[in-house]
Amino acid sequence: MTLEILTPEKKLYSGEVYGVQLPGTDGLFEVLNNHAPLISALGKGSVKILISKSNTENYTISGGFVEVLNNKATVLVENVKEA
Amino acid sequence: MAGQLKEVRNRIKSVQSTQQITKAMKMVSAAKLRRAQDAIVQMRPYAQKLQEMLSNIVSNIEGGASLKLAEERAIEKVLLIVITSDRGLAGAYNANVIKAAKQSIADKYEAQFKKSNVTIWNIGKKGYEALSKAGYKTDAAHKDIFLNLTFENVQAAAQAAMKAFENSEFDAVEIVYSQFKNAATQAFVVEQFLPIPKVENKAAKNIKADFIFQPNKEALIAELMPKILNTQLFKAVLDAHASEHGARMTAMDKASENANELLKTLKISYNRARQAAITTELTEIVSGAAALQG
Repeated sequence: MTLEILTPEKKLYSGEVYGVQLPGTDGLFEVLNNHAPLISALGKGSVKILISKSNTENYTISGGFVEVLNNKATVLVENVKEA
Repeated sequence: MAGQLKEVRNRIKSVQSTQQITKAMKMVSAAKLRRAQDAIVQMRPYAQKLQEMLSNIVSNIEGGASLKLAEERAIEKVLLIVITSDRGLAGAYNANVIKAAKQSIADKYEAQFKKSNVTIWNIGKKGYEALSKAGYKTDAAHKDIFLNLTFENVQAAAQAAMKAFENSEFDAVEIVYSQFKNAATQAFVVEQFLPIPKVENKAAKNIKADFIFQPNKEALIAELMPKILNTQLFKAVLDAHASEHGARMTAMDKASENANELLKTLKISYNRARQAAITTELTEIVSGAAALQG
């Protein structure tokens, strides 16, 4: 699946990934290949990008949104820190 | 004769150094304009996706969404967010923004203004100075955003405005700024910020996918709306920023051109004076020699 992380200031991440872990407002969840269409609000926490099963990248966010559609996840966040 | 020569020479020197400054300012503005335009391009995907999400949610909701930020009340207290630049020498840019702000108050909020219920939040120093002096009720809390133009700073201003609106401190919020068209033209606009113009249910027919909504549609819209407003103000600030540099670039280009013309006429009069001086000197020498021979 493809993942895009967008902020108002720049495109933070874009590429093919294995999956992504997101801090939903109702709790942590993970989006993998062929996930059903989803729109969710995100809370405070960290976004863990699973580039492959062993290779990960982390960002700390304070809230945002994610949309998953046709194997494409788009994460919209305002304040991000690389962790 | 020699005195006039020197005067013209000094004049030429001073015009040349002024021209150097205006040329340099033009170059700097051109570079900054490019960066400002880049920033606008960078934020576009984010803004688009946000709108797309909103329409995806709205198209899945029966009827419109009701929101505190969209509540329309009788307008008694008005807030204007006026975005100008921090620096001058940008042609008529700041003057035009200020004029648009005054015009909008005179046209729409005359009654509220008489009861001094019109507040102005200034972004940018120039507008603050001019409007305070003109006797408007101004607030400088967010004046210095351009010193450090980041999304967080703009977001703080947007959130302050939303909070004030929710607490009924204001019944309407508008942004006055200059939309960036290209380097030479700006459109000075007054844009409604709050209450949010009605969320329309126009995309209802083409529901693209059966989305799972978390936590639920209403909560999502309530969370999405402030973000959209943040981006709206951020876009306005970025537009104003690009307009400022565009306006300065054009103004400085004109100034350099004018300096060139001035230099041309000055050089002609300098050469004329020089010629005249030489001619007089020659005549003196020749007539002196003639007197000795005679």
